[in-house]
Amino acid sequence: MSVRYLSCGDTAFTVEFGNEISPEINGRVMALHAAIGGARDAGDLPGVVETVPTMRSLMVAYDPLATSRADLQPGIDLLIARGLPTGMASRRVTLPCCYDDPEFAPDLAEVAKRTGKTTEQVIAAHLASPFKVYVLGFMPGLAYVAGLEQSLYLPRRTQPRVRVPRSSVAIAMDMTTIYPFESPGGWHLIGRTPLWMFDKRREQPVFLSPGDSLSFQRIDRKTHDRIAREVEAGSFDWAKLVNAP
Amino acid sequence: MSAALKVVRAGLFDTLQDLGRVGFMALGMPTAGAMDRVALSLANALVGNSANTAGLEIGVMGPDLLVEADSVRVALVGPLSPALIEGPDVPPKPIDSDRSHLLKRGQMLRLGMVEGSSTAYLAVAGGFALAPFMGSLSTYPRAGVGGFEGRKLAAGDALPLARDHASPGDDRKLAAAFDYGRGPVRIVWGPQEEYFTDAGRRTFVESDYRVSKEADRMGIRFEGPIIEHAVSVAKGGADIISDGIAPGAIQVPGAGLPIVLLSDRQTVGGYPKIATVASVDLPRLGRLLPGQTVRFQAISVAEAEKLRREQEARLVRTIADFKAARPPGGIDLARLYEENLIDGVVFEPART
Repeated sequence: MSVRYLSCGDTAFTVEFGNEISPEINGRVMALHAAIGGARDAGDLPGVVETVPTMRSLMVAYDPLATSRADLQPGIDLLIARGLPTGMASRRVTLPCCYDDPEFAPDLAEVAKRTGKTTEQVIAAHLASPFKVYVLGFMPGLAYVAGLEQSLYLPRRTQPRVRVPRSSVAIAMDMTTIYPFESPGGWHLIGRTPLWMFDKRREQPVFLSPGDSLSFQRIDRKTHDRIAREVEAGSFDWAKLVNAP
Repeated sequence: MSAALKVVRAGLFDTLQDLGRVGFMALGMPTAGAMDRVALSLANALVGNSANTAGLEIGVMGPDLLVEADSVRVALVGPLSPALIEGPDVPPKPIDSDRSHLLKRGQMLRLGMVEGSSTAYLAVAGGFALAPFMGSLSTYPRAGVGGFEGRKLAAGDALPLARDHASPGDDRKLAAAFDYGRGPVRIVWGPQEEYFTDAGRRTFVESDYRVSKEADRMGIRFEGPIIEHAVSVAKGGADIISDGIAPGAIQVPGAGLPIVLLSDRQTVGGYPKIATVASVDLPRLGRLLPGQTVRFQAISVAEAEKLRREQEARLVRTIADFKAARPPGGIDLARLYEENLIDGVVFEPART
């Protein structure tokens, strides 16, 4: 599979692996993201500033005072030619989610109606979906998480909400997401996690990373409120949500 | 009492910025950073700071700042009208931009409108005593991070200073204004130039585009002739699968008008990007005002890199050519005595 190099001025270029969304293409994106990270850790590819993975491409940002496109591109070609690992191990992350309060899940009944399911079946389908974090963007910590069970696919709301509460769990198209901030939003709100996807007090303020495997665990309102208090106080143990690869 | 600059009156959009928060775009974190990297670097150099020290980026109108330190050396770069030092017992005195100034406790720096540019910069010797967020002091208000409490300055804020008094020595000034270049804004085609017809690409580089009122740290929306997409907008011609956004990326949504994305731009986006502003001209973009008109000119990646390196060399020369700033009429003897520098300076030939 060949790649295309797209110019992004004199401080970046994009390595495009394809023009479609597929786990195989994203796997190669993430593998190159990791390979460049590894090369930089080893002192190679000087002048590379950072890499930005998306569904189907990797943007490589560089400092034109330290290197050049002509110097860098052969190094990237070489990494690709050496063969990118497939099926890379990923973190497995479990997020608690409360679906059981109309305040948290204002769109659950409508989603059920439009997909011909009961609300319990919608929740079961969300819990059973094999989610994967593809890309973070739009705002810090906002993850586009694909893998939603196909029977739940719906377009975005025709009338976006002006105010979606922080930590709302939402679905649209083939994806789910968790709002890191209170913000406008057009996705269907089906639950809420007590966790903050962006917490500037934490050493790693953004919890999810591209490549993470993700699943949800159902909790009741009481458990939600207890965890929410711990998160607010900064005493919550985030490590227990993560199984290292 | 710890040293601080106290905001007595806030300006319109004043934020602390360094050269940006790099390394976290993969987590959706925008880089933020100074809109005019050249001006911030010069302001920092005038007070002896490294280029990446956070300074105050002044948008549209500056603040009144009271010195709550024994002394502090500051540098202003960019035209402010007026810029005054006053009090406590001295009437307001106009001060020049593009140089440093020594301020004493109780004095107030009063900064008015930024003229002929959208931004001006204030650097303080030694910088601000604030904790960086993800490695940077650049303020990104949408996430409430960086700078002073993650937001623009407000009356009553006390910006902690790293030094409680200024080091002795002359103030310094630019020998000549930095040349940002004139003529067209240089761009490199791509990443998605093939999403536009040949006619659309010609329109883009052969027309004048005017800065609209929708211009801020996130980007500039331009007004002018419509750029034609290769596939009709109804058939998805203005949609791509989101990819990374470099500084200066020029996206063209369905309406066919270009938007140049700048410091506070989001990390990824789903509109096709016809071209990217060469980094040499990003500081010029960071200075544009609504109503101003630009023309875009395409160059190659290699040319853009070369122009950037030449600009950096010019910046280094400009800093090497700083002159000692003396008050009108000659040497400020009182200050020289005060700083115990008289032996070293009086018999030294005039510097040029």
